[in-house]
Amino acid sequence: MSAKNILIAGVGGQGTLLASRVLGKLFLSLGYDVKISEVHGMAQRGGSVVTHVKYGDKVYSPLVEPGGADILLAFEKMEAVRWIHFLKDDGMAIVNTQEIDPMPVILGTEQYPGDLDELLNELCSNPVTIDALSIAADLGNVRVVNTVLMGALARHLDIDVTKWEDAIKATVPPKTIDINLRAFYSGYNDCQE
Amino acid sequence: MKKLILGNEGIARGAYEAGVKVATAYPGTPSTEILESASKYDEIYAEWSPNEKVAMEVAIGASFAGARAMVAMKHVGLNVAADPLFTVSYTGVNAGLVIVAADDPGMHSSQNEQDSRCYARASQIPMLEPADSQEAIDFVKFAYELSEKYDTPILIRMTTRVSHSQSVAVLGRRDDIPLREYKKLPEKNVMMPAMAKKRQEAIKTRMKDIAEAASDMWINRIEMNDPSIGIITSGITYQYAREALPNASILKLGIINPLPRKLIESFAAKVDRLYVIEELQPVIEEQVKSWGISVIGKEVFPSQGELSANIIAEKVLGEAPKAGLPQRIPARPPVMCPGCPHRGVFYVIRKLGLHATGDIGCYTLGALPPLQAMDTCVCMGASIGMAHGMEKARGRDFGRKLVAVIGDSTFIHSGITGLIDVVYNQGNSTVVILDNSTTGMTGHQDHPGTGHTLKGNEVPPLDLVKLAEAVGIKHISVVDPFDLARVENVLREEVQRDEPSVIIMQRPCALLDRSPKAPVEIDQDLCRKCNVCLRLGCPAIQKKQDAVIIDQSLCNGCGLCISVCRFNAIGRTGEQDER
Ligand SMILES: Cc1ncc(C[n+]2csc(CCOP(=O)(O)OP(=O)(O)O)c2C)c(N)n1
Repeated sequence: MSAKNILIAGVGGQGTLLASRVLGKLFLSLGYDVKISEVHGMAQRGGSVVTHVKYGDKVYSPLVEPGGADILLAFEKMEAVRWIHFLKDDGMAIVNTQEIDPMPVILGTEQYPGDLDELLNELCSNPVTIDALSIAADLGNVRVVNTVLMGALARHLDIDVTKWEDAIKATVPPKTIDINLRAFYSGYNDCQE
Repeated sequence: MKKLILGNEGIARGAYEAGVKVATAYPGTPSTEILESASKYDEIYAEWSPNEKVAMEVAIGASFAGARAMVAMKHVGLNVAADPLFTVSYTGVNAGLVIVAADDPGMHSSQNEQDSRCYARASQIPMLEPADSQEAIDFVKFAYELSEKYDTPILIRMTTRVSHSQSVAVLGRRDDIPLREYKKLPEKNVMMPAMAKKRQEAIKTRMKDIAEAASDMWINRIEMNDPSIGIITSGITYQYAREALPNASILKLGIINPLPRKLIESFAAKVDRLYVIEELQPVIEEQVKSWGISVIGKEVFPSQGELSANIIAEKVLGEAPKAGLPQRIPARPPVMCPGCPHRGVFYVIRKLGLHATGDIGCYTLGALPPLQAMDTCVCMGASIGMAHGMEKARGRDFGRKLVAVIGDSTFIHSGITGLIDVVYNQGNSTVVILDNSTTGMTGHQDHPGTGHTLKGNEVPPLDLVKLAEAVGIKHISVVDPFDLARVENVLREEVQRDEPSVIIMQRPCALLDRSPKAPVEIDQDLCRKCNVCLRLGCPAIQKKQDAVIIDQSLCNGCGLCISVCRFNAIGRTGEQDER
């Protein structure tokens, strides 16, 4: 299989690192070559963060390039737009509708863009949106937003969900397996075009 | 066993498998995980040293004493450790010594973009460059063989994308390497002019021998395809080139100092158009050109920032894959966390209109809006010497409007010598140490002040008050940075004093202090929309249309905003009636 490229974008502190760990275990268990790349350090303090995930028979560069992503999984709406040009023409965007204000918006020197939905529709063919924050809140734990989004991603990757379950169980703290699996399936079932 | 591991974990694994006994480092992105990972092996003694120079010296000592040793640092750490680096090149080693330097092309988390390969050439130390986690393991093991065979330290160059990419690697077993005999060898290990001159001969011979052997080393390989385009490359740029140019012929170098000349010459003879693709300086290119080989390099490739498969495709094939343009949307710069103990100090510095020479750490974010309370940031430890220099240049009046601001880990790393200078040379600087009991910026490493070692042992913490006293500072205050009134009073008083002083702002990093505090909210009826609380730059305090609100899911309850509000409009959630 030629390499498939996933870009995960979000805000430092949203739990994108956990998502990339689950994906790594998953693709490795399926026998693929895998590379995952993310920058640690400064950006994690509430900055814009991105994780590159590539898998296939053989992966060379660990980086997804502009125009090269099959899937963009965005943990935040404005971050979806920031990275949307990384999508291939026929690439798919899965977007959490959560909005997190960056400092220039908090200070009132800039506005959080009001036209992001239109932009997303214009810049990629049928983006999939999901309100993962509300789903997580309904489950009683806003920290599982990331697992909800993995469920949404699973919906669009042709991989047996039991393999996903195994990867999640092997990654999250044992005490949180139950809530994480529930979150995963909520995302999986919510996310229908 | 196959595992998905970081390049940095690969370096640590390689050290483990090579039988390394002693590993040292001072943290620094993108190198930090090397020692964090090495410390998990029981067979390896691993330590955070106070700075890179000490880390290097500990590793040199271990190597001289007969144990395989490793020292790791970020690229700028090599500046701090450059003094021992240049001379351990002369002494050589006893047991193998590997020095890992992690460069940061693109400056994802660094103050400059220096190229460590220049150090390898300047210090005449061989350098290897792996391109993924498997090579990180394999090259480290090979580096120990080279180090012992040729009696030389070996440098390994990592870059951010190799250090921080996970790729699949096969883990092997540890070789139990016995300690080598320790012999007192002054002619080799005591570098003074007479001995050092003789060692120069040894360097010359070894670099010549290695250069000759380099062409046959398995860590280089030629992938011969279509000969119309030939590429010489190494490290991460190999991965970019292979992806961008699947049909090109590639010479992938594993050793980048000294270069394998014969191999390069024979490759050059086989291809029509030859490129050198390397990030940052034209280190390989200039050498290859000096041998009369015609190559294309920095004429087309940038020497600043990272390369990528798209850039390579564009420069070599004339076209990059199709991609849209980035959208114009507000930037999302990193910010101090809600509850960060550094925030209030900068708020007060700003309020008092003081100049602040700054330093490197999370607190460097104090230079950004809205706090904008830091004037300078050059390198670790610079704040104190620079404040002293500013006062000597501009006089005492200027000094009364000036403080030096430095983190606890940074103070121990290289601030203490600056403080000694202030006292010794009769300065009056006010030095603010932001003591959050951790090395925050790089992800919470322990340091001598925290009372814990990398291996998890409890030790007596370095006492900053006694240390400052011993240096000769007479005015030392310890202040809770959440107590803004006291922060203000002490700062006002100390900058006026015609003597040096140290103010230690003591409170643990918000990410480590898990004590529950009730979140805070704004009573919209009392709020006069003066926006003073927004000047704290707390991500939880947000301007929404006309109102200022506090995002309850972000608020950490530190209460700084309660103290800055002049209208008593901010209080703990659920305690409205008590006000
Ligand atoms: C010579 C050198 N080594 C390492 C680093 C990486 N680095 C940047 S800041 C920092 C330490 C920060 O700790 P501290 O001073 O305690 O401040 P904090 O981040 O906790 O606020 C480190 C290790 C560097 N920039 N330069």
